[in-house]
Amino acid sequence: MKKGWKSLPIGGIIDKGGTAKEYKTGSWRTFVPVRDEAKCINCMICWVYCPDSAIKAENGKMTGFRLDYCKGCGICASVCPVKCINMKKEKK
Amino acid sequence: MANLKELSKNIPERLCGGHRLCAGCGASIVVRQVLMGTKAPVITASATGCLEVATTIYPYTAWEVPFIHNAFENVAATISGVETAYRALKKKGKIKKDIKFVAFGGDGGTYDIGLQSLSGALERGHNFVYVCYDNEAYMNTGIQRSGATPKGASTTTAPSGKESYGKHQRRKDLTSIVAAHRIPYVAQCSISHWNDLVTKSEKAFAADGPAFLNVISMCHRGWRFPQEQTVEIAKLAVETCFWPLYEITDGRLKITYKPKNKLPVSEWLKRQGRFKHLKKEEYLSVAKEIQKDLDEDWENLLKRESLG
Amino acid sequence: MVKGKIIPFTGDQIAAYAMKQVEPDVVAAYPITPQTEIVMNFSQYVADGKVSTELIAVESEHSAMSACVGAAAAGARTMTATSANGLALMWEIVYIAASTRLPIVMPVVNRALSAPINIHCDHSDTMGARDSGWLQIYCENAQEVYDNIIMAVRIAEHPEIQLPVMVCQDGFITSHAVEGIEVFDDKLVKNFIGEYKPRFSLLDVEKPVTVGPLDLQDFYFEHKRQQSEAIAKAKKYIPEVMREFNTSFGRKYDFIEGYKLDDADLVICALSSTAGTARGVVDNLREEGLKAGLLKPRLFRPFPREAIVRGLSKAKAVAVLDRSESFSGEGGPLFSEIKSALYEEKNRPLIIDRIYGLGGRDIFESDIEEIYRELSRIAESGKIKEKIGFVGVRD
Repeated sequence: MKKGWKSLPIGGIIDKGGTAKEYKTGSWRTFVPVRDEAKCINCMICWVYCPDSAIKAENGKMTGFRLDYCKGCGICASVCPVKCINMKKEKK
Repeated sequence: MANLKELSKNIPERLCGGHRLCAGCGASIVVRQVLMGTKAPVITASATGCLEVATTIYPYTAWEVPFIHNAFENVAATISGVETAYRALKKKGKIKKDIKFVAFGGDGGTYDIGLQSLSGALERGHNFVYVCYDNEAYMNTGIQRSGATPKGASTTTAPSGKESYGKHQRRKDLTSIVAAHRIPYVAQCSISHWNDLVTKSEKAFAADGPAFLNVISMCHRGWRFPQEQTVEIAKLAVETCFWPLYEITDGRLKITYKPKNKLPVSEWLKRQGRFKHLKKEEYLSVAKEIQKDLDEDWENLLKRESLG
Repeated sequence: MVKGKIIPFTGDQIAAYAMKQVEPDVVAAYPITPQTEIVMNFSQYVADGKVSTELIAVESEHSAMSACVGAAAAGARTMTATSANGLALMWEIVYIAASTRLPIVMPVVNRALSAPINIHCDHSDTMGARDSGWLQIYCENAQEVYDNIIMAVRIAEHPEIQLPVMVCQDGFITSHAVEGIEVFDDKLVKNFIGEYKPRFSLLDVEKPVTVGPLDLQDFYFEHKRQQSEAIAKAKKYIPEVMREFNTSFGRKYDFIEGYKLDDADLVICALSSTAGTARGVVDNLREEGLKAGLLKPRLFRPFPREAIVRGLSKAKAVAVLDRSESFSGEGGPLFSEIKSALYEEKNRPLIIDRIYGLGGRDIFESDIEEIYRELSRIAESGKIKEKIGFVGVRD
């Protein structure tokens, strides 16, 4: 239920950061990235190119995809130097 | 020298997922890479355009940092106000932190409607970084031509047709216009050369005064290419010298990347649907003119660099 | 009762002086006649270290208001000043300042809008901004400019209001004429306005906010509804500020000011300096035995309907003087709004509009006297010959 004028903060201000995380753009995609973990060299190139901050990075290692937000653009697969990421048609 | 592993560990993500930019959009890559140039808390501002509209649809914001959008033509004036308030309140001891200020504008909000407020902010010497994500047209409102649209490109307000090959005029050389304001640091960057970009971004954030980064930003909708090729197309822009990577530090120009093998501009043009009409017989000369202009510009840039 | 000292200043000079005493954190302003003296005087205060304000010498009025929005959003007490075409140029951002609920205070020196270009007084500029969501106070003289700027800071920053305020004065007539103005000690003024406590700040990096998002069909209306509520709250809480001002400085202010209004049959409603001219005429006519009176609205936004209706409740004939044209074909803005306010009253006076003074055209006591005589004829005959008329224009 959307809030009414009496309870919303005034002036159109969004009073917290990062609330877009509640909006799951993962539902947009047709293709989903699939990584061959064995081939991955943790170069982090996919991380520096993901437009949606959907590459998980922990301690200098690539640890997966944030599928809630991944739009399946395919850039990660395209830039990976060892071609360990493939875009597969996602079954819904 | 930036190190991706270190960057991924030490720099917080200032832009989170859940924003509604197109899949494969270059603009958010620009934002993410530029913001890797500083660890300090940042306050961001954006002109109206794709970036602002897609990242802040009430009540959702993809910004994990303070963010302000005011109007289309005034992000530089707006950030001037924010930065001045910071100095005023810091002087009074009300703020203690070291904060960095970044303004983002598309080519629309920077080359055209925003040029005046940008010029004013640069002349006044505010301490901020201005990042133009240049996708060479007013993309958010439907791919309309801007002062940054290259000659020969088809846009919805200067479309190619029976009697026209698209935009007749050359792009503005905004980077030089900005440099003419004698600000401490100006640079042209591309996301394809992330190390060069992040290094320049670090210099921009460290500059004492205004710094300007002009970053070519791929728009696969407006430029008509498959969405996964964003980075590839960015690389071609640099390898053809369509978008030279250089910096001007206190007035001294240095080209930061010289392609070993300068590719013909046709390699760049043929990959994008916005130039496909140039293959027509009646417009073949236009592609030749584009190459000639580009070569002249590149020669001039080399000359400027040699002048020191 | 505290007594101030009397200084001989013009309306512009005193506006700058008031700004000096308010000592905002940030001022971003662009010069335009006849506001220029405000900016120039304030710049000198900055250059002499008399204020700690950071002054941004912006390159246009659009950037002035843009920078003010940025500064106010960053938690700074912010002010600017403008006139006419400057206000017109910042129009886009004026609306944004109000709808983002930023308590910016802006002296406006009323000047005619182009075209043709005219640098003299009329109210077309601020009347044009009456739908912008800003509060508007009209000052009769330089003393009121001083008092109203100080009150405006408290009104704008009131936690229930949170709206920007325009403090208007007549260009050249007030802005460039010297008056003896009672001013108070810096400390008293600072005590009255208090410390600014912004409801949010971009600089609060621990609590990141997003200002100016895209508000679609599902939320925009709610945010606008909040603005309407703020205007209603302004009506409720402005009297508090005015009462406190009276206690601190001994000068009584209300939504309107009446002069010999209580038993007046014939009333002229006028804003700003013309009200001053009218007072002398009222006195002369009273000596003749005519029950003339004057109603001077001070607040125009929020529109002080109750006070105006009360003030006109005994009047038989009323002339509204408009120093601007709405070009609706139905008279000027003050006339339209006062007439609309009277619609619901059982006993309504006969009411006419007289548009005057455009582009700085003088209005004389003789003109005002003629209007009262016309009102007298209207009150006697019960008939209006000319509902909307123009005073002082050559046919």
